[in-house]
Amino acid sequence: MPEGQFKEGIAGGRLAAEQYADNFSDLHPPLDHHEALVESDRCYFCYDAPCMNACPTSIDIPMFIRQISTGNPIGSAKTIFDQNILGGMCARVCPTETLCEEVCVREVAEGKPVQIGRLQRYATDIAMGENKQFYKRAEPSGKTVAVVGAGPAGLAAAHRLARHGHDVTILEARPKAGGLNEYGIAAYKSVDNFAQAEVDYVTSIGGIDTQNGKALGRDYQLSDLIRNYDAVFLGMGLGGVNALRADGEDAAGVTNAVEFIAELRQASDLSGLPVGRRVVVIGGGMTAIDAAVQSKLLGAEEVTICYRRGQEHMNASEFEQDLAAANGVTIRHWLQPKRVIAEGGKVSAIELEYTALSGDRLAGTGETLTLVADQVFKAIGQSFVPAALNGSSAAIDLEAGRIKVDAEGRTSLAKVWAGGDCIFGGDDLTVSAVAQGRDAAESIHRALTFNGRA
Amino acid sequence: MADIRNTFVGIKSPNPFWLASAPPTDKAYNVIRAFKAGWGGVVWKTLGEEGPPVVNVNGPRYGAIWGADRRLLGLNNIELITDRDLQTNLREMKQVKMDWPDRALIASIMVPCVEESWKSILPLVEETGADGIELNFGCPHGMSERGMGAAVGQVPEYIEMVVRWCKQYTRMPVITKLTPNITDVRKPARAAHAGGTDAVSLINTINSITGVDLDNFAPMPTIDGKGSHGGYCGPAVKPIAMNMVAEIARDPETRGLPISGIGGITTWRDAAEFMALGAGNVQVCTAAMTYGFKIVQEMIAGLENWMDEKGHRSLDDIIGRATPNVTDWQYLNLNYVAKAHIDQDACIKCGRCHIACEDTSHQAITSMVNGVRHFEVIEAECVGCNLCVNVCPVDNCITMEPLAAGAMDERTGKPVSPVYANWTTHPNNPMAKVAAE
Repeated sequence: MPEGQFKEGIAGGRLAAEQYADNFSDLHPPLDHHEALVESDRCYFCYDAPCMNACPTSIDIPMFIRQISTGNPIGSAKTIFDQNILGGMCARVCPTETLCEEVCVREVAEGKPVQIGRLQRYATDIAMGENKQFYKRAEPSGKTVAVVGAGPAGLAAAHRLARHGHDVTILEARPKAGGLNEYGIAAYKSVDNFAQAEVDYVTSIGGIDTQNGKALGRDYQLSDLIRNYDAVFLGMGLGGVNALRADGEDAAGVTNAVEFIAELRQASDLSGLPVGRRVVVIGGGMTAIDAAVQSKLLGAEEVTICYRRGQEHMNASEFEQDLAAANGVTIRHWLQPKRVIAEGGKVSAIELEYTALSGDRLAGTGETLTLVADQVFKAIGQSFVPAALNGSSAAIDLEAGRIKVDAEGRTSLAKVWAGGDCIFGGDDLTVSAVAQGRDAAESIHRALTFNGRA
Repeated sequence: MADIRNTFVGIKSPNPFWLASAPPTDKAYNVIRAFKAGWGGVVWKTLGEEGPPVVNVNGPRYGAIWGADRRLLGLNNIELITDRDLQTNLREMKQVKMDWPDRALIASIMVPCVEESWKSILPLVEETGADGIELNFGCPHGMSERGMGAAVGQVPEYIEMVVRWCKQYTRMPVITKLTPNITDVRKPARAAHAGGTDAVSLINTINSITGVDLDNFAPMPTIDGKGSHGGYCGPAVKPIAMNMVAEIARDPETRGLPISGIGGITTWRDAAEFMALGAGNVQVCTAAMTYGFKIVQEMIAGLENWMDEKGHRSLDDIIGRATPNVTDWQYLNLNYVAKAHIDQDACIKCGRCHIACEDTSHQAITSMVNGVRHFEVIEAECVGCNLCVNVCPVDNCITMEPLAAGAMDERTGKPVSPVYANWTTHPNNPMAKVAAE
């Protein structure tokens, strides 16, 4: 019987025990003091800086970098947190290559942007390491706000509301707070239990009561919240996973990529985490990349991402695609799943059909390809599950399957705001969720007070 | 191929790059390494009187300021003259000169301001075979408290007196090194000239405090909690030094007096600039102390390449070529009009030109045109001040373009006059000279 990497089926322990720590170490190790000074010197302190305008939370990037260069990393961290209280995680997970760093004038000039993300991590790490708290709660307002979901949107909203003196209750369905920061990001992007450290840092402002294991629609209803609180913020993210719509997808070994990623993040011993010898990931976004790369790092011999459109259509950034390629993941395009082939109830292969665009429409060409696989990950997108909201109060307006909000995050229901992945019109980024949570909190504050006065 | 051999007050060296009197020239070991690297000459670190040598502090001797990426821009020091025994220095100088006859070896000297002191040291130096002497009237720290160095250089009468003694007691060429810690450098230069000096060299270092230790509230470099002003040098002082060189070069009283240019010279271009302003050769210190002796190779090759490219055959073709173009403000042509121009292909859209102009100058650069980030000069507002050129991080992206005579200056609404006209005849000048009828 072959062992290790060549073990057939889905199995753990494919690698030598010490290999796991290595494989899942920090993707972008922190800058040391010298590196941070050298890098911060590269910033031109642009006028109306393009990086700042590209940041969904509008962090004053030239200012925080200048503060690093002048030996004031604590002040730098405050500049970051003023706009984005989850600046520490955003420094780790933001696709900076398509946000601030893409528009850095040094990217334009030399093809080498200032490493804004790593500088942001440098400053925030120092401040969080010293547990520097920059914000104090205002005098208690006597108002209460319920926040559904302890992900980036919910945490950002809760922090801002607490700053304004409101009493916040966060209701989180999972056993731990953090949302996708805790459950949905590749392990090498957030090492050393950073997500929980950040939750603690954010909530230590006080006035925030976090209750884990409380799911909307199961443990309480939206109508309860509307009745019992002065305002409600919905930030519950996306609970559903899109189906493959391929025959046989209920075979054992066909798994949601998001569950695999969550399981991996929660595993105390990665060597015990089973993964297939030959893994096929269906999808073209960040989730597909995270699942594929981590499968490879767990010791899968062959990992193939199959995406139904071309390289230029992939949601995963170029950096992420390169990361996958560098880790030995094969990315194939213009292939859609047709049929999962199972043996004894377990997946043994997947049949895919080639696709092509005819005009704007994507269609199968009829030609097929079969890839041997003992594990298939579905990563073709997540969807909002409105069921939890249904029937418990007046219906909330949706748009394209997600909650409809106005520019301030107000839903169609009075007293109810929403933000993060569960709303329509977002871009499914941590940093955007933070911006939406923060802005909704300001809107709630204005609504609960008179133009900001209690 | 350009010939960069140098003859300065009769002293020959294979190139015009000498190491200034400073730590890099304190002993044979360093000087030999310098000659091996290619330096044309050295001014040996300043010798003092016979007897127990001076002592230095045993803590930091240098302070600095830095630019981006911690590039050293300015250095200051509180080191004194050589703290080695006179005889040791003389013995080593003699040996080095014997072993490297084609290189210039100059002895820097600082002894008390009494005739006997100079009279007694000069024959000892002459005996080494040194090519010349440099009188250290410049060091601003330590020695000046004892009536030497800058304390002499700040009193033109003393300069003239000591130069006269030296000319009297030695056949060696005398180079008088001047301090910049004065108000008008022409005065000490004239005094040295009057005393019969063969040349002047400048600048020595500038009184300075490079920083303050904010934990201990002490100036840096800090010696046991205290600090003393030191002598400032390096790239940051180059503009000050060049102005002083030019002032002496164009002063009718000292015109033609050979000048050895010193002050922040780091590259061949710096050296060429000093020589164009009138320096017959240059001395370097901080650049060597920052990067080591190898930099002279870049200086040699760079100077040769530039001279070849421009068709200059020898140093005489470039020395003093810019001096006639150094003039007083009142003679600048007020009818000359230039406007900034931004090369849109080179522009990286950092916006620094805009904010500098908008906040601090003339509101003459756009930031947005038709809703698009775009930086462009508004000629009707541009006074041609050059600030945008100076703050732009991209070389040659913004340039100053002169308007041709007859072209419309959109700021004044008047065509550019072809006539040269300066302040001396300007109608707004109450002291204007009436043009001859």
